[in-house]
Amino acid sequence: MNFVIPSFTPAIPEIVLLTLTSLLLVADTMWSKRYEFATYYATQVILVIVGALILTSFTTETVTTFDGSFVRDAFADILKLAIVVISLGLFLFSKEYLLQAKFYRGEYFTLGLFSVLGMFVMVSAHNLITLYLGLEIMSLAIYTMVAMRKDHSAALEAALKYFVLGALATGMLLYGFSMLYGATGQVAFDAMAAVIDAGEVDHVVLSFAVVFIVIGLAFKLGAVPFHMWVPDVYHGAPTAVTLFIGTAPKIAAFAILYRLLAEALPGAVMDWQPLLVILSVLSLLVGALVPIVQNNLKRLLAYSGIGHIGFLMLGLIAANPDGYASAMVYTLIYAFMGLAAFGLITVLARTGHEFDRVDDFKGMNQRNPWLALMMLFVMFSMAGIPPFIGFYAKVVVIEEVVQAGFVWLAVLAVVSAVISAFYYLRVVKVMYFDAPQDTMKVEPVARHLTWAISLVAVALLVFGLFPSWVIDLGYHSLS
Amino acid sequence: MTFLQFIFYLLAAIAVIAGLKMISVKNPVQAALWLVLAFISTAGIWLIAQAEFLGLALILVYVGAVMVLFLFVVMMLDINVAQFKEGFTRYLPLGVLTAAAIFALMYLVLGPQRFGLEQVTPPKSLAEAESNTLALAIPLYTEHVYAFILAAVLLLVGIVAAITLTLRRRPNTEVLYQDIDQQIKTRAEDRFEMVKMPPTVEQPLPEKEKEE
Repeated sequence: MNFVIPSFTPAIPEIVLLTLTSLLLVADTMWSKRYEFATYYATQVILVIVGALILTSFTTETVTTFDGSFVRDAFADILKLAIVVISLGLFLFSKEYLLQAKFYRGEYFTLGLFSVLGMFVMVSAHNLITLYLGLEIMSLAIYTMVAMRKDHSAALEAALKYFVLGALATGMLLYGFSMLYGATGQVAFDAMAAVIDAGEVDHVVLSFAVVFIVIGLAFKLGAVPFHMWVPDVYHGAPTAVTLFIGTAPKIAAFAILYRLLAEALPGAVMDWQPLLVILSVLSLLVGALVPIVQNNLKRLLAYSGIGHIGFLMLGLIAANPDGYASAMVYTLIYAFMGLAAFGLITVLARTGHEFDRVDDFKGMNQRNPWLALMMLFVMFSMAGIPPFIGFYAKVVVIEEVVQAGFVWLAVLAVVSAVISAFYYLRVVKVMYFDAPQDTMKVEPVARHLTWAISLVAVALLVFGLFPSWVIDLGYHSLS
Repeated sequence: MTFLQFIFYLLAAIAVIAGLKMISVKNPVQAALWLVLAFISTAGIWLIAQAEFLGLALILVYVGAVMVLFLFVVMMLDINVAQFKEGFTRYLPLGVLTAAAIFALMYLVLGPQRFGLEQVTPPKSLAEAESNTLALAIPLYTEHVYAFILAAVLLLVGIVAAITLTLRRRPNTEVLYQDIDQQIKTRAEDRFEMVKMPPTVEQPLPEKEKEE
């Protein structure tokens, strides 16, 4: 038995994150009574430390360790940094919400950190086993966060739906994995791709596996027709948790989609491409039409998120490095826009008043002109109106899908973007042209939250003026 | 058919029947017992495949620990079985249709024409002294050590999740808690205040009362 101890260096951010989170878990039980917000501040410090570690050891070459179960490359590093930045923002927005909703508990932050760890593992997964474990660590923590508000029956219902459908999706995914292992005899992605390339695999078994894997992933991403849980969970969960579900996990879900389809199964592209086309078309349609009749902003954003998933898949359908890069750019921008949109709802919530209906935003311009402007930025960006960054996100994926020869799909995407502009603009119209129901000024609980939300929303404009930064980030790391 | 094949088909049949019974019986305790039977017959199939460690672990962990725990929970909870099964017949046709479609697809793909001995090399027959446990343990702690640690993290998250969702602190108005921090910090002057008061001098009684 000649066993060489693997190099731990590439995994230092994960190791530090796990160690500090475990310490925080113990510390929280001791200091939570004496110092109320110690766990919150410690969480932010941990994220900053982990982010700094990734930044200082940023790598552009591909390193694998732990016998090929862990990979670190520019793709992984950029996505992890994005997850850290978004998590910093969402914990910042969550703190006051949790106090207002009266369920501030240290476990929210420790579970959140474990979920971030799960996302890191997913982003860096290089074989089926670690990918699955990362996904489960992330999901289990999120199920619990949804259910944490025990006196709220909608939240419990959302948690149960999310858990049951998540378990079903996991079952699908695992069945696909076992078939894939049966067909190739490998668990590591590169070895699997090599076996498929060599043509030693029964094609029927392979496509059978691909079908189950794509269905499982579509469940997790919330693509139509596997989207039933999305609106209920986004609506029922406390807004701070909706903010969590709608942002960072999308990045991790994109990462596993890329790792599985583009790294492990490039040889089966003829099998998964048509499936993604179906999912993408249906998601675009549902994401464009259903939100028109929604009156709850969280539900509206949930359905619009389904449409965004449809857009994201366009980049993957192109099935070339440029296409994957455009999907990566779309994911990053979407997660950031989600942070701004759900963050705004989160910071405006007060005890007993969620501030999540479209009607709540009536006459927002008179009640708080600055925040109304910020919401306008977010809505314009999501609708894809230039010069906001959301426009460029849509442009890059559509460009790639046209170059790959799916012109009809691009036309459909543009049409759905135009239709969906209607409901985004409706929110803007409600804010600027409707009479307010209540003339009282609305403001976030704490002043620094106004600054934070402004920073995020203005960034959508600034990045939109200089879009090449974000776009280059994706293209340089993948193509 | 060899004797081994006969045993395999017997165990497989038991496992399938037990699985079907498990989802169709009304009483949850019976359902749990059918599941135990399914586990035991699957463990038998693993033993035939010379994976004795997995077979024994299945019996020890699932049958011995998980299912017993589950039975305890089922017995302690007062589950209304009729309510539990309410939508069963309503969704049955749709469910059967879906299951049949998936089963048909699986039957088409997973037959002997793809996984028969002509396509897949037969499993190696292990020597008697070969240790299954060792063969599992060495990759688990070397090649897959990363996954092993992650599995531990997953269990930790499970523990945290279970405690978070079930721990209910009763409010201070219902139960009086001892707050040791507060008790230690207490100073005498917070509790007990010395107040300087002018002495009250007793007035001499009027003359009239004295006489009485």
